[in-house]
Amino acid sequence: MARKLTAKERFQIPRQHMPEQPPEVRACNFEEVNLGFDEDLAVREADRCLQCPKPKCEEGCPVNIKIRDFIALVADRKFDEAAKKIKEDNSLPAICGRVCPQEEQCEAQCIVGKRSDPVAIGHLERFVADYERKRGLMKAEPPTEKSGKRVAIVGSGPAGLSCATDLAKMGHDVVVFEALHELGGVLVYGIPEFRLPKEIVRAEIEQLEKLGVEFVTDAVIGMTDTVEELLTVGGFDAVFLGVGAGLPRFMGIPGENLVGVYSANEFLTRVNLMKAYRPDAETPVLDVAGKNVAVFGGGNTAMDAVRTAKRLGAKRASIIYRRSEAEMPARNEEIKHAKEEGVEFLVLTNPVEFLGDENGWLRAARLQKMELGEPDDSGRRRPVPIEGSEYVMEIDMAVIAIGNGANPMIRKTSPAIEHTKWGTIVADRKTGKTTMKGVFAGGDIVTGGATVILAAGAGRRAALAIDEYLRTGRWEDLGQEEPPAEA
Amino acid sequence: MFRILEARFLAPDVKLFRIEAPKIAAKRKAGQFVIVRVTGDGERIPLTIADSNAEEGWITLIVQGVGKTTKLLNTREAGDTVHDVAGPLGTPSHIENFGTAVSIGGGVGTAIAWPTAVALKQAGNHVISIIGGRTREYVILEEEMRAVADEVYPCTDDGSYGFHGFVTQKLQELIDEGRRLDFVLAIGPIPMMKAVADVTRSHGIRTVVSLNPIMLDGTGMCGACRVTVGGKTYFACVDGPEFDGHQVDFDLLAKRNMTYREWEQRKLQEFLAEHGEEPCRLEQKLRDLEKEGE
Repeated sequence: MARKLTAKERFQIPRQHMPEQPPEVRACNFEEVNLGFDEDLAVREADRCLQCPKPKCEEGCPVNIKIRDFIALVADRKFDEAAKKIKEDNSLPAICGRVCPQEEQCEAQCIVGKRSDPVAIGHLERFVADYERKRGLMKAEPPTEKSGKRVAIVGSGPAGLSCATDLAKMGHDVVVFEALHELGGVLVYGIPEFRLPKEIVRAEIEQLEKLGVEFVTDAVIGMTDTVEELLTVGGFDAVFLGVGAGLPRFMGIPGENLVGVYSANEFLTRVNLMKAYRPDAETPVLDVAGKNVAVFGGGNTAMDAVRTAKRLGAKRASIIYRRSEAEMPARNEEIKHAKEEGVEFLVLTNPVEFLGDENGWLRAARLQKMELGEPDDSGRRRPVPIEGSEYVMEIDMAVIAIGNGANPMIRKTSPAIEHTKWGTIVADRKTGKTTMKGVFAGGDIVTGGATVILAAGAGRRAALAIDEYLRTGRWEDLGQEEPPAEA
Repeated sequence: MFRILEARFLAPDVKLFRIEAPKIAAKRKAGQFVIVRVTGDGERIPLTIADSNAEEGWITLIVQGVGKTTKLLNTREAGDTVHDVAGPLGTPSHIENFGTAVSIGGGVGTAIAWPTAVALKQAGNHVISIIGGRTREYVILEEEMRAVADEVYPCTDDGSYGFHGFVTQKLQELIDEGRRLDFVLAIGPIPMMKAVADVTRSHGIRTVVSLNPIMLDGTGMCGACRVTVGGKTYFACVDGPEFDGHQVDFDLLAKRNMTYREWEQRKLQEFLAEHGEEPCRLEQKLRDLEKEGE
């Protein structure tokens, strides 16, 4: 049990600050910004938790981690047990502790947060997961009893990895297929090293290998093998599709194909996956040292891109967003970090056109001021252009970070899998069942671009449903389709 | 890792590789490509599959050494491996019996035109093959083309072999002779494809080109390869690489392909310096490279 402190005493402890690299230092390197709690900071933060009889925080968590209990274990310095407690519900805590939007989820519901700052649940999750990993306490033993059933997981991002973890523990033979040459999906090509060190992703994958999961890279499902082929010649009894939302959206404005206009996916993939930030890299990225970079969008990906540009030496790195800062979907911490690092925020501003020189290189963007009108379908106030407010801003590089659609490869090659008009896969939100027998789906390919934790949660729920299907052979057809929950 | 079964030069700096890749060999259709990484830290490059054998489980790639990665690949021999081969990618060539189909390949473009010529022949077309090269030694796959095409016309810029002139001049000659041409497939350097499209446009001959934009993942994930066709943006890796030649914005493609020119030249120089090529040859190569980019 946590030490006996009165509620008043708990309230008197201020929220512990996460140690981090100083902004002026980190803006010049790709190492992780946050340095993590040490044991004393973690215990002190855990002491702030009121141990509510009905923990609201757990309702705020998409996978209902037993937050109160794990925090009590932290307060008792039982860090290893705390990590195990989290893993009952989330197999990727070191990752989620870093990338979840806690302020909208668990921490938004925290009772302490009603009067003071909420308990730093994300920082604690990260701490215990790091503690477990760094001390070599991560345990993964293949189950002794095997089911004899084989499951193919398509995509090695958060949905696929968490689905694979649970299925392997249940005794099924699991093979994960990845289209790229490296494992981890968006965790390695999208999220930068300074926010999520790749070593952490590799450690998770090593755990899965120890559980007996097999990984196949360079396997583009839909092309190398179709989903049908996995179930027939491939000899798999079930398939889970966790392929993510991997088709970048552009704005459809003039000049978008000029040299120097990147999708966020391209820019981040060049820098993260292909390590273009290293001087000896074999893959190039445009040199932005001393240049002006504008990133269009207000989500986490936009923040990742603009902070990456800053680290590559951009003189001026700006976020250009058509709504106001309050509507930005990015995590608060990312916005805060970006500002500290010198990123400029041009809100209520929208590009109308990109302007180039005679060689087809980007040189400027024509921007337009916006104001907020009536709320739209997403509940956010709709940005409306202000007439006569157009002006030209000189930029050398633009990154479009306005979200991703669904990759068409599986839709084109497996007509039996029903897709929505948005290109996402029609799947039961609880079980992940698709319209094709034995095929399940989860994560961004079902919901449209969302978060790591939602994808991981979908992977886990699908694992349960797949296990049931493999044991019983029962398959009931799907009900009505739902639109993706995307703005 | 993917094993190289056979490696031989077809022309200076143009090398044929037969690579063990049973899954891709079983699936691949004419017009499709693979993404290759030569080494574990290498860049991802797209290469069109020239040939394949599903029973024996191999694919053929024909590689022109223009940059560091392709030159590095061209140092590999039978028995060596390449780190990654992913595919088959892209939309296969649209094949039907058009009637008379002309397959035009410029330089290493012939390697890409070849499998489609085979497919066109199998679909019942009368196939005319025009093979272009700067000089005789750059005319590749003539024998292979003769095995599938009904007529084969090698062309050289300097007249050292076959028809003296550009492939477009040979094409124009066929049109002027009153030959009925129903379909033209043109694959080669951007100026060549553009010139072919200009020739066929006024005659209303359906013309398909295979585009070679810069690619990164090759699976539709990044948009590096976007091209403008008929005023609309497409991703060449999933929507292409073949498009209607009369609709393609070639100028945009040429400009976008220059994006990393400076970097590519630096990398190439470093590579050549390391591999002991003479500086004068190096300068010649850089000039050639610049010419190709124009």
